[in-house]
Amino acid sequence: MELLNALVTLANFVLIPATAYGAQLALGALGVTLIYGILRFSNFAHGDTMAFGTMVTVLGTWWLQARGIGLGPLPTALLALPLGIALTALLLLGTDRLVYRFYREQRVKPVILVIVSMGVMFILNGLVRFIIGPDDQRFADGERFIISAREFKAMTGLDEGLAIRTTQGLTIVTAVIVVGLLFWFLSHTRTGKSMRAFSDNEDLALLSGINPERVVAITWIIVAALATIAGVLYGLDKSFKPFTYFQLLLPIFAAAIVGGLGNPLGAIAGGFIVAYSEVTITYAWKKVLGYLAPEGLAPDGLVQLLSTDYKFAVSFVILVIVLLFRPTGLFRGKAV
Amino acid sequence: MTKRDALLFLFVGVLILGTGVVQSWNSALFILNYGLISAVMALGVNMQWGYAGLFNVGVMGFTALGGLGAVLVAMPPVRAAWSAGGLGVLGALALGLAVIVGAIWLWRTMPRGRLRGVGLLVWLVAGFFLYRALFDPAVRAIEAVDPAATGYLGGLGLPVLLGWPVGAALAAGAAWIIGKTALGLRSDYLAIATLGIAEIVIAILKNEDWLSRGVKNVIGVPRPVPYEVDLQQNADFLALAGRLGLDPVTASTIAVKLAYAGLFAAILLMLLWLAQNALHSPWGRMMRAIRDNETAAEAMGKDVTRRHLQVFILGSAICGLAGAMMVTYDSQLTPSSYQPLRYTFLIWVMVIVGGSGNNFGAVLGGFLIWFLWVQVEPMGMALMQVITSGMADGSALKAHLMDSVAHMRLLTMGVVLLLVLRFNPRGLIPER
Repeated sequence: MELLNALVTLANFVLIPATAYGAQLALGALGVTLIYGILRFSNFAHGDTMAFGTMVTVLGTWWLQARGIGLGPLPTALLALPLGIALTALLLLGTDRLVYRFYREQRVKPVILVIVSMGVMFILNGLVRFIIGPDDQRFADGERFIISAREFKAMTGLDEGLAIRTTQGLTIVTAVIVVGLLFWFLSHTRTGKSMRAFSDNEDLALLSGINPERVVAITWIIVAALATIAGVLYGLDKSFKPFTYFQLLLPIFAAAIVGGLGNPLGAIAGGFIVAYSEVTITYAWKKVLGYLAPEGLAPDGLVQLLSTDYKFAVSFVILVIVLLFRPTGLFRGKAV
Repeated sequence: MTKRDALLFLFVGVLILGTGVVQSWNSALFILNYGLISAVMALGVNMQWGYAGLFNVGVMGFTALGGLGAVLVAMPPVRAAWSAGGLGVLGALALGLAVIVGAIWLWRTMPRGRLRGVGLLVWLVAGFFLYRALFDPAVRAIEAVDPAATGYLGGLGLPVLLGWPVGAALAAGAAWIIGKTALGLRSDYLAIATLGIAEIVIAILKNEDWLSRGVKNVIGVPRPVPYEVDLQQNADFLALAGRLGLDPVTASTIAVKLAYAGLFAAILLMLLWLAQNALHSPWGRMMRAIRDNETAAEAMGKDVTRRHLQVFILGSAICGLAGAMMVTYDSQLTPSSYQPLRYTFLIWVMVIVGGSGNNFGAVLGGFLIWFLWVQVEPMGMALMQVITSGMADGSALKAHLMDSVAHMRLLTMGVVLLLVLRFNPRGLIPER
């Protein structure tokens, strides 16, 4: 019984939230890693691209909600998501045309592209704050829980409850579908294959008649979809605040680098590694240990390794360790 | 400096003087003083980017560390807090350092294999818990000492000017850690690592109340110049103000700002002189050679990673110095005011608009962009008033647009950076 209670507490406070968070990070890191593979630079504007896509979706959700259109138990945001993806794709294609293409044709050093992406980041950041303001916005609706803690307790008779929020379930299901689609696209379609070829060896790809501009455009569209979905899922799960999305840049980059920049499989693994480390290290283990420890030996303190204010330090430490010991990442990305 | 450069500097001078005539001398001096500090920061970033091509996105973190340096040196020590937990905290920090050094030693001396991994893990985990066991009670004791007024250890009570080099040294230390990790790898990695350290430094300042009072802010950092109230009591000063036809309050605020301006200008000129000499020495030529072609420089026997580390530390130390100057000028440390836009991105815009690789360009950019930063908001407000003048009062859109003026700065600065990078990448005063 004690063991079961400990396991349920662990699942409730660590495993489920970390899995949802990991899925969100993985989707974000996939976007970063795709841009790195095809366009060969670290896109600092990615966090704010996520914020932009989410903002459009939030506005669409509010419009739908005002008209009384909803999805019943599921969040209305899912209906507004295609709009968010479409506008974000237009935005990214527009910035590519106006900003990045010029530098691509000049074949500048990657660091220049990074600086340029920082400029784009601030424009997007300003745009989002200008339109929706810098404050927290909640836009989740529908059923709140798949299983609430009380139902779970009544069902199993345990002391501890296990709550699975709709948004957490939705995040995991969506992430699985999106990742499946992406990998199918990359390995089974002609366009996907040409993207991989372009990423592996640009010169050879050009020689075999692949149109680079088309590959780049398709990459941006996929990235827009990934970023918007990741942003909306994160916003549904927590809340939407432009500055938080800027701060997500660090865990997302950490995830992409841990897995190996340019390697999609690595980005997914990296997302979960970062999320699990962050949640386990900032979780207060008092309750779980209380169930596991023998009578009288239960810990007095919170047994929290780091306060949640330092959660970014966890991503950072992971990043430093990877850079020190294996700069190409766990899955052998292309960057050194 | 060519005639054109001199004209550009003259133009900025006229802008600041114009502010004095049109608005007030107090705001003109405010722009001048912050312009001087910004110019120092821009010099630091220019060393990293302009000389060596290193992309530092963590200027904010180094600036904040510099500010912390000023506080730790200049604030009076809180004796009660020291006796409550000072030794405990210092001991815990020393222990933490020893654990890390020990871990590095273990890693280097033990033979490769599973034993090394497990041993290291056990050592680190045990060290961490021991550290927390020492650290936590000491911190609780310190933070319990009169939390409304102090609740932190305070500083050393030394003159604040001594805090400036200390701030620079703190920033240099952080830069060493980052440089050791991320230099020698892809250029993007340095950017990501510096982004991370900046966020962490700010998180530490906000949360470690025993060190920096966190979000309660440290106020009343001692000054290197006289206080206004003292000047207003001083008979000589009052006589001087009377002769100039100024009322004593305005005269005293202006005098204090002028004193700061003199101090900052001296620092800036000295740094500029050093930077110019460095850039035109064999060392500066080597740096630029490394930046332009790393492979060739390596073939000539230059240790690229070491030189990069050196210039990265130097530049970060200068950012730290500027941070200490700023905290001294504001006489407070407010961790929540450190925003990446203001302390990282703006400095980058200064360097790139001014002219990367040219020290005079960086200084010019520092003044010009700072002037625009201060003046764009009222201008944007006026512009928005014109745009919305046709709309009905109280309409939701009008209210929203007026509220959003503050975010115009982000947009404008981003657009300025992209335009300059695209159409004039060498900046106003190009590298020669």
